[in-house]
Amino acid sequence: MPASPELQRQMLRQMQTIRRFEERASDDYHNGAIYGVVHCYIGEEAVAVGVCSALTVEDQIISNHRGHGHCIAKGADLNRMMAELYGRQDGYCKGKGGSMHIADFSIGMLGANGIVGGGLSIVTGAGLAAQLAGKGGVAVCFFGDGASNAGSFHESLNIAARWKLPMLYVCEHNSWAANTSSQMTHAADNVAGRAAGYGMPGVVVDGNDVLAVYEAATEAVARARAGEGPTLIECKTYRWRAHTERLGAVDPRPPEEIAAWMARDPIRHLVDELKQQQGQYSDTEFQALDDEVMAVVEAAVAFAEASPFPAPEAALDDVFAA
Amino acid sequence: MREISYARAGMEALVEEMQRDPTTIHLATDAPPSLVEEFGEARIRATPITENAFSGIAIGAAGSGLRPIVNWSMVTFCFVAMDQIVNQASKIHYMFGGQQTFPIVFRSSVGGGTSLAAQHSQSPYSMFMNLAGLKLILPSTPYDMKGLLKSAIRDNNPVLSFESTRLMGLKGEVPEGDYTVALGVADVKRPGTDITVIALAWLVHESLAAAEVMEKEGVSVEVVDPRTLFPLDNETMRASVQKTGRLVIADEAGPTAGASAEIAALIMEDPATFAALKAPPKRVCALQVPIPYSPNLENHVFPDRHRIIAGIREVMEAG
Repeated sequence: MPASPELQRQMLRQMQTIRRFEERASDDYHNGAIYGVVHCYIGEEAVAVGVCSALTVEDQIISNHRGHGHCIAKGADLNRMMAELYGRQDGYCKGKGGSMHIADFSIGMLGANGIVGGGLSIVTGAGLAAQLAGKGGVAVCFFGDGASNAGSFHESLNIAARWKLPMLYVCEHNSWAANTSSQMTHAADNVAGRAAGYGMPGVVVDGNDVLAVYEAATEAVARARAGEGPTLIECKTYRWRAHTERLGAVDPRPPEEIAAWMARDPIRHLVDELKQQQGQYSDTEFQALDDEVMAVVEAAVAFAEASPFPAPEAALDDVFAA
Repeated sequence: MREISYARAGMEALVEEMQRDPTTIHLATDAPPSLVEEFGEARIRATPITENAFSGIAIGAAGSGLRPIVNWSMVTFCFVAMDQIVNQASKIHYMFGGQQTFPIVFRSSVGGGTSLAAQHSQSPYSMFMNLAGLKLILPSTPYDMKGLLKSAIRDNNPVLSFESTRLMGLKGEVPEGDYTVALGVADVKRPGTDITVIALAWLVHESLAAAEVMEKEGVSVEVVDPRTLFPLDNETMRASVQKTGRLVIADEAGPTAGASAEIAALIMEDPATFAALKAPPKRVCALQVPIPYSPNLENHVFPDRHRIIAGIREVMEAG
């Protein structure tokens, strides 16, 4: 089912929000307001937004170390996200998680995760819970081409298929696992081809085309809700930035490869689609959208700056649940 | 009162809790037929041999409103799932700021004495004591097994249940129906006045046998069973040592960075307990080697009542 014009505009807003949020996060990381590490999703926005646009708030997703885009696409509050990056008390994790551990269980965002491949089985458990609840809920795993080579990928997909769990496994194939090319690590070019071994459908999608991602996700979600089991969706995409934002971080990727992918900007692609489909869309309108998004990101920064640091003794809280 | 085995007591706890709470599910490579018959295949899942995956599935299911009980069978197999235990289960409540609870029980058998050699004769609980965020139970009797396992299943945190291989057939009094044993409450298995033996799991019984022998020699031995390694009941252990002034710690695991080392440190860093000591404490543990196969070798490696008696005598002679 194609996305309605309203939904397409909403997608554009979300993608632009991810991009502006991360540009700001990167700047603030470099100026010292954000600690530890930041992994930017810029360039891959169409995957998170295309998939999450096919979900409801009751559906669940899990993310990886590059998680800001998934959080925003699932509807996370930018203020609490930025406050978490700033290490503040009002952050999603009260300053205990940072960029790699943002979660919002109230909207079905089961967390970013610092272990590559770590989320594959956890979210499969969410799929099991959804199946037992019997309310048509779906669980979605976002993971990279790097994680697709971990044992947990095979174990989880086999179980999900055997148990017909309502799942989407969404591989964001950006061709680089940290600083190693997938050409060095993958025996076959397409991860989706492995789906045949688990008896589930596997599809390859242009991960920079949000409408194509949305259509593939919508079809897989319908299968999952109908009790027909999981789908593996491989989205071919690319991150514009180095593996992390750390200054001087190694980036062995060929500049011409980066340039070629940047020329296929997923946001520009949707703007062009909107112009073509709905003649009335204009660059002025996009500029207005961008101004609004910038204001929202600025407000998130202001919220984070106004939030206090947690009291040192709070480090002892929440080790155990009551 | 009726007597049932340690293994049967564990099964009874599991069945009663699954009857009590429809959000409980069971994940293991074997689906016990009696459980499938009572609770159905949806809740009693036979998994592929994928400890890493089904331990992670338990975490995700717990975070989504279920109360999974995982059986790794032997503790050996949990090492395949260490990423999920260490990087996820122990930290996930904390690193997300406490926004979600993860009630999970991971069961496994520990210890040796059955000629299963190095991989299948391990007692690695101290590895998990070293992490923050996990609760650890180590029952020594059928009564404690049922009561502790019920508490573990009702707890809102990941709990690892280490169950002694050597005790599976041990029979003991267990009440019919529901009762619990609280986590973090040690049990004085035998009161005494001259020396405290803090013993874990199977070695509780070896210590009780040693205490009988020592009584004939006029030495009154108090046997304390911590029952849970996290939370660990400092108060009861320290009170016993303050009373007797002497301490032996008996553990089927090796001594290095073991539960015995932690218990010794907790006893000695408390000024009042340290001041009450009349002699240096003594640890009676397995030799620090992988567990060998041949009974002749295996018996040499593990501590038993004879070594506990020797340890008691050594401490009594020292002061």
